[in-house]
Amino acid sequence: MGLANIEKLLEKYLDAETTIAEEKELKTYFSGDNVAPHLQEYQAMFGYFSTNKNERFTKTIRLKSQKMNWKWLSVAASVVLLVSVYTGYQNNQQKKAERIYTETQMAFGMLAANLNKGNDAILKLQHFEDTKNKIFKQPKK
Amino acid sequence: MKQSEFLKTVMPFKDKVFRVAKRLLVSTEEAEDATQELYFKLWRNRSKLKDYKSVEAFAMTMTKNYCFDRLKSKQASNLKLIHSNYQEKDTPLQRRVELNDSVSLVHKLIENLPEQQKLVIQLRDIEEYEFDEIAKMLDLQPTAVRVTLSRARKTIREQLTKQHNYGIS
Repeated sequence: MGLANIEKLLEKYLDAETTIAEEKELKTYFSGDNVAPHLQEYQAMFGYFSTNKNERFTKTIRLKSQKMNWKWLSVAASVVLLVSVYTGYQNNQQKKAERIYTETQMAFGMLAANLNKGNDAILKLQHFEDTKNKIFKQPKK
Repeated sequence: MKQSEFLKTVMPFKDKVFRVAKRLLVSTEEAEDATQELYFKLWRNRSKLKDYKSVEAFAMTMTKNYCFDRLKSKQASNLKLIHSNYQEKDTPLQRRVELNDSVSLVHKLIENLPEQQKLVIQLRDIEEYEFDEIAKMLDLQPTAVRVTLSRARKTIREQLTKQHNYGIS
């Protein structure tokens, strides 16, 4: 391919008038060693295009979205929450029952103490009654 | 559409999707994410793929839209400031590019082009699509594609010549 021809192609290339085939010709020309000195700046350009085309996507593509996992995660989280709330509630109920039990016990204790006090007073009263009977004569039957 | 059939239609152009995404998003990681995301989308819409004459062109349009959305949201959240902090993982290509200074210069020159020009250069000069195909992908008139491409090529050429002459003198 003559230099004149390449120059003409480049002209067309810059005006975006070249076909794919012509552009391939240019790429081949500039990948060779016989590039005219005054066209050397084009070499980097076409060289870059060729190298870039070799870049590959190396990861594997997953078709199943990971969003499913998030959905399941939220389900699991809500189950955990439910269970913990339930056990917490149970725990709370038990503590409440225990508190009520001790309170009742205390109340009973207080009642018993007060009842005993009453007994003492009655005993004293009995004593008073006996003494009174000794002093005052009982009416005859 | 069965999975095997689906894979047969969409896998051949996965590298192209990746390269186009990388051209627009710059960083390899982001381009990988974009490619992955695009294939999710294609898989989800697999029943509709039959309606498209060219699945590849459709995928390219989707890639373009997705990347533009990403860029827009990045701008919105000011992530653009961090953009320069993206360190390229050492891909073989990157190393090869660094070996050749003037080739990496071309990379930078393309990076500085407006989005649309970048995209057209990528689709034509690297992926070698016909003008009609590019026009369909970008939803433009073929003449508009030519004008954009011509502008992009001339800009790169001018910059290269400037650099070249500077290097010599």
